[in-house]
Amino acid sequence: MIVATQTATKGANVELLLVQALSGLASAASLFLVASGLSIIFGVTRIVNFAHGAFYMLGAYMAYTLTSRFAGPLGFWGGLVVASLIVAALGALMEMVLLRRIYQAPELFQLLATFGVTLMVQDLVVLIWGPDDLMGPRAPGFTGAFELFGRRIPSYDALLIVLGPLVLGLLWLLFHRTRWGVLVRAATQDRDMVACLGVNQKWLFTSVFALGVFLAALGGALQIPRTTVTHAMDLSIIVEVFVVVVIGGLGSVTGAFFAAVLVSELNALGILVLPKISLIAVFLVMAVVLVVRPFGLLGKPERAPRAAAGLSFRPWKPMTQIERIGVALIVAMAALLPLFAGDYTLSVGSEILVFVLFASSLHFMMTVGGLASFGHAAYFGLGAYGAAFAVKFLGAPMGVALLIGPLFGMLGAIVSGWFCVRLTGVYFAMLTLAFAQIIWSVTFQWVEVTGGDNGLLGIWPARWASSPQGFFWLTLGIAVVGVALLRMLVFSPFGFGLRAARDSTLRADAIGINRKSVQWAAFVVSGTFAGLAGALFAFLKGSVFPDSLAIPISVDGLVMVLLGGIETVSGAVVGAIVYKALAIWLMSQTDLSKLILGAIIVLLVVASPKGIVGFIEHIRHRRPRTPTGADVPDSLGINMKAAE
Amino acid sequence: MKLEVAGLNSFYGRAHILFDVALEVGKGEVVALLGRNGAGKSTTFRSVVGLVSGRSGQVKFEGEDISRLPSYEIVRRGLGYVPEDRRIFTDLTVEENFEVGRQKPREGVAAWSQDRIYTLFPNLGEMRKRLGGEMSGGEQQMLSIGRTLMGNPSLVLLDEPSEGLAPKIVEQMADAILAMKREGLSIVISEQNLHFAKLICDRAYIIEKGRMRFSGTIAELEAHPEVRDAYLAV
Amino acid sequence: MTALLEVSGLVKSYSGVHAVKGVSFAVQAGQILALIGPNGAGKSTCFNMLNGQIEPDAGSIRIAGEEIVGLPPRAVWRRGVGRTFQITATFSSMTVRENVQVALLSYHSRLWSMLGYAGASHRDEADRLLDLVGMTQQADRPCGELAYGDLKRLELAVALANQPKLLLMDEPTAGMAPKERVELMRLTAGIARAKDIGVLFTEHDMDVVFEHADEVMVLNRGELIARGTPQEVRRDPHVQAIYLGEGLLYDAKHREEAVS
Repeated sequence: MIVATQTATKGANVELLLVQALSGLASAASLFLVASGLSIIFGVTRIVNFAHGAFYMLGAYMAYTLTSRFAGPLGFWGGLVVASLIVAALGALMEMVLLRRIYQAPELFQLLATFGVTLMVQDLVVLIWGPDDLMGPRAPGFTGAFELFGRRIPSYDALLIVLGPLVLGLLWLLFHRTRWGVLVRAATQDRDMVACLGVNQKWLFTSVFALGVFLAALGGALQIPRTTVTHAMDLSIIVEVFVVVVIGGLGSVTGAFFAAVLVSELNALGILVLPKISLIAVFLVMAVVLVVRPFGLLGKPERAPRAAAGLSFRPWKPMTQIERIGVALIVAMAALLPLFAGDYTLSVGSEILVFVLFASSLHFMMTVGGLASFGHAAYFGLGAYGAAFAVKFLGAPMGVALLIGPLFGMLGAIVSGWFCVRLTGVYFAMLTLAFAQIIWSVTFQWVEVTGGDNGLLGIWPARWASSPQGFFWLTLGIAVVGVALLRMLVFSPFGFGLRAARDSTLRADAIGINRKSVQWAAFVVSGTFAGLAGALFAFLKGSVFPDSLAIPISVDGLVMVLLGGIETVSGAVVGAIVYKALAIWLMSQTDLSKLILGAIIVLLVVASPKGIVGFIEHIRHRRPRTPTGADVPDSLGINMKAAE
Repeated sequence: MKLEVAGLNSFYGRAHILFDVALEVGKGEVVALLGRNGAGKSTTFRSVVGLVSGRSGQVKFEGEDISRLPSYEIVRRGLGYVPEDRRIFTDLTVEENFEVGRQKPREGVAAWSQDRIYTLFPNLGEMRKRLGGEMSGGEQQMLSIGRTLMGNPSLVLLDEPSEGLAPKIVEQMADAILAMKREGLSIVISEQNLHFAKLICDRAYIIEKGRMRFSGTIAELEAHPEVRDAYLAV
Repeated sequence: MTALLEVSGLVKSYSGVHAVKGVSFAVQAGQILALIGPNGAGKSTCFNMLNGQIEPDAGSIRIAGEEIVGLPPRAVWRRGVGRTFQITATFSSMTVRENVQVALLSYHSRLWSMLGYAGASHRDEADRLLDLVGMTQQADRPCGELAYGDLKRLELAVALANQPKLLLMDEPTAGMAPKERVELMRLTAGIARAKDIGVLFTEHDMDVVFEHADEVMVLNRGELIARGTPQEVRRDPHVQAIYLGEGLLYDAKHREEAVS
């Protein structure tokens, strides 16, 4: 499609648009394969498989190896299929070894576990295939092109255009005309009931997972005649695939097909018609679709919403006097750190503190508000850029910049929050991700203002805070006050209303609480504090780059919150300290930091779904329970509903 | 004995729910498990079919210990379970719902087919292509029972089949259960409504706060109004 | 005199199927009225329209003369309508008292306050409400730990927090022991008479309906087919044919024995 832009003369004519549209349809095929796989897996297992992009990438690498080794049509086509089958087997293995252990955990944990796998695969791919881009062979029999309106269209594209609807038809037959398909559709609705009718749901899940991964790997393998194979293709596809399944409706294969076509066409034509906003056009469409149809084009409302994040079954209490003194002592000890620690330690300490504040802001929204954001980096990054703009364009001093940063975060949260709180659960998470990507794209593309990829440099703190000691004290002060304010909010009337809206929207609405309003307010509060953290981050680094609002920062925040424990009031503080310290230390020790970090995340999710602080509280509050007989509350845990 | 439960203890997390529950069902018998909401009726059923992970004790089905088997294995041995809230596959048609429940024919049990189920519940036969979600509560309850029958069980656990149904529909349900009994099926029904249990059951157990409080014939229960008043929602 | 609740010509259909077709009735202050009917007769739809959860296609609903069609549930609540749900809806991560406090904070329009400790606000008022429903002992327990019957009583306390004029109760006694049923209904009736609150409830337990309702309305296929005293409705052959059946499944005499 890049080639097509170069041949574009003044004003795109109709033929060019048509040819470009055909190219878009060809791209849609792979996107549909990957997205339908993700959708099928989600439908049955309720797992949003973040590792889906990794399997797509593995499919491409595996196909590259096999097709380079075995020549000829059989070698090529056989290679694609065998590669996809091998990756499908790997997927099945992951399902059996990892996911089977965590099906009962909140869905965020499953997402986190599959994210851990993604990290590991990234390093493993580089270890096995090297860091360089690879060029696969072309498809035997489809190397040529045919003419249409005097333009050449690769015949391989034509093959893909046919392939998409063909696979859609095959999947439809599979799900509607076979017993396996009927069982899968039944399990999509109620997996426990299927087991109660004599179906071995373990193998049903594994086979569904294998099919979904097979489709992803095939989508990757089919790409090798069109593009180079790189070790970054997993993250680039996964965001696009998320967008496709959310627009199409999670769990709907037909929806995924139409959405894949829509997204690919937007990409293909957007570059001709609206080159300036081509990167964000797709996300804008997704935002509009979700506001009009909150469950996607062909999706259905989630039937049994899972327990919201942060639902604790031990009511929160304000700190006791002793606990307050303990916290004060720890803060005092931290304040003494600059007296004996070196500059490097202090700058690491400041960075950790920045993330303590950032993670706490996300924690507030997730646990108190029940709103799991996948794009919280947006407000962190907006804060960083806000501070940088204040310094660069207004020549503002640090104090003013530290106010303008959070203001940017707040404004961003006001706008995107208004849309996001209309949705719930996974859809909410996806929309926050979309907004973060929009803001990232704008920052990346608007070079005149943001400096694009080169970022903005020379954002230095005021003289009194320019030493590592001074900056550490500044960060410590702001982080402590910020965390304390957020904690006070939890116990304020507003915090009560917010928790009420999270626990039961139905009841909240029946006692005069407007869920959307209070959650919007929580979103804005959270965005403001994230912006404050971002502004501090800009001064800590002396610069800002688009990275500061990219996906990895959002994921870091999520990991910190989950690590700390989502049933706690301020577990994120501990989660941020542990995770950030670990990440910084690992980076300095090994080249395989992603592999190790990924493994640690996976292990943590399996070993301690309550998080660090949640685990400690669990031990502290363990008391011999007087047998209460059969009076089980229906909310004791997941799947308790049918327990009388 | 068709089903023998002894010393059954169940837990949800750390909460102890069932205490040494014992229950016996003979071949072709219809037994009521009575108790108010939250007394442990559903938990007893869920424990028997292997849906409660924290459980200990003995569960024997046709003489075989099934207490360590996963749910689907238990069901495949001929122990059918109809859950309390019906749990119909609302996106599937009536026929597809039956297909999910279909199991191989079993020795000694007359195999159920869709047509035989339509004779038991005639109004289901008039809506074979209808989606489960478009049916009324009573029809869904019949679909749920029929779906379990498709697995050719020799014993069925029916969890609150009368719950939330109009009195008239409940009377129809009683007729259907008696018809199932005539087929030689053993049936355990959990109920809160004693009137309903009296219409169809031979014997009754009463459970309260996770403990069995009474076991005997319906006539014996009638003779002890104090038991009835203490534990039941009459 | 204007009735407390005045419903006229209420219509609702879902994708062409008429769930409720032209229902009209009135509830007076202090009156206890039961709404019964077969499954799928439209009871839930009716109920959900009354508190604003579902918007009717046509018709009017007036609370003390004021039209409330088109208002969301929270606005209907502000006009003095309390509600309990068939499947209890409470805030399971909070204590019993905190559940009531949230409702009181909302009633006193203090929910947007970001200062102060909410656990200390309206404490006495919350305790009075809990005392009214007999839940004082459990005030500090996590709501997620409560037994089913206690959850129902908590719901009643929460529903009373805005000093309602009208109480809507969806199957209030489902799943309770006989003594609990009688107690809850007597409690409700006592409060209703003392504070002149109108009560409208749905119920499948005919014993509860026939003993506690002043009047009974029967809904079938979206239409009201009967309204009268319990005795009248019970003897109505039409109601027996479509709903009550042969009367094998209820018997008010048993209840009287249980109570005495």
